[in-house]
Amino acid sequence: MLLIKLFFTFLGIGAVAFGGGYAMLPLFERMIVEQHGWLDRSLFLDMIAISQMTPGPIAINSATFIGFQIQGVIGALVATIGMITIPVILISLVSVYREPFKNSKVVQAIFTGLRPALVGLIFASVFSLARDAVFDLWGLILFFVFFGLLAVFRIHPILVILISAVLGLIIYA
Amino acid sequence: MRISLAKLFFSFLKIGAFTFGGGYAMIPLFEREFVKRYGYLDEDEFYDVLVICQSLPGVIAINFSVFIGIKLRGKVGGFVAGLGVALPSFLIILVIAAFLFAYIENPYVEAAFKGVRVSVIALIFTAGFRLFKQNKHLFGVFMAVLTFALVAMVRLHPFFVILAMGAFGYITTKVGEVVRHASH
Repeated sequence: MLLIKLFFTFLGIGAVAFGGGYAMLPLFERMIVEQHGWLDRSLFLDMIAISQMTPGPIAINSATFIGFQIQGVIGALVATIGMITIPVILISLVSVYREPFKNSKVVQAIFTGLRPALVGLIFASVFSLARDAVFDLWGLILFFVFFGLLAVFRIHPILVILISAVLGLIIYA
Repeated sequence: MRISLAKLFFSFLKIGAFTFGGGYAMIPLFEREFVKRYGYLDEDEFYDVLVICQSLPGVIAINFSVFIGIKLRGKVGGFVAGLGVALPSFLIILVIAAFLFAYIENPYVEAAFKGVRVSVIALIFTAGFRLFKQNKHLFGVFMAVLTFALVAMVRLHPFFVILAMGAFGYITTKVGEVVRHASH
């Protein structure tokens, strides 16, 4: 029963996961953390850090991690397969009927709405997740430091995560 | 030149195993392997496929691999390519997840992760910030604020908000075309 629920949850995420990577985190957060309570917010954030620091697509890493957490190896497999089922069907179709899709005015029009919506979605998940990550003055200071390192100095995300782990140890241990 | 299934599998496996930072970080490696090194695809074709993959839902690296696999070796090729690119992350995460749950209670691990969680918030914020800079026009800001309000304040489900915003984008574009047409 749980496996079926897991499969359909990830099927739903995969079906509307436009924009890749971080753009699909809001969906993950609402469905996995809030609706089903399969992960708490802290573990969800840990999972994102691990997904970023290990090779491979972040969405696959996340699906594997969440599935494993719920139902072991079989859960990991079911979540990952659920996630890619609809996209892979669409890709197979488009690989055959490619020309009408490629320059499709309809697709372009839909994306004029989707692209900015993804911005709002990403900030909505920041808003929701920050409560369990930035809970003191140190958190707030670190947030601005890390944002500066990433956005202004363009330091590699993996390096920033490593720095944050060291600072976490110094401040909180 | 026809690529063997084994070579297709190992090409994607290699990229899946050694690319950090998610799907977008893989794109240049795909290009080097399939366009520049072996010439299985030409440059235009490669970017066509990339644009198509970006406009479909799902994991971009998987979409891309499956598309290339199908193109080079049919359905079996698509399966082999998708499996190759996903397998390393799947296995690595299994090992880490099993390991993590054994150590998560450790106070030093917990302290380190307290710092890490803040950097993850900064990472997601930065992703949003970069995407925002590409959509700074009035309509884009309006859509972003509206979406934020619907998801974060009204607490609508992102699944339906995404569908609604896609439909809204389509309708406003069409209406804009009709209005422009009428004014000529």
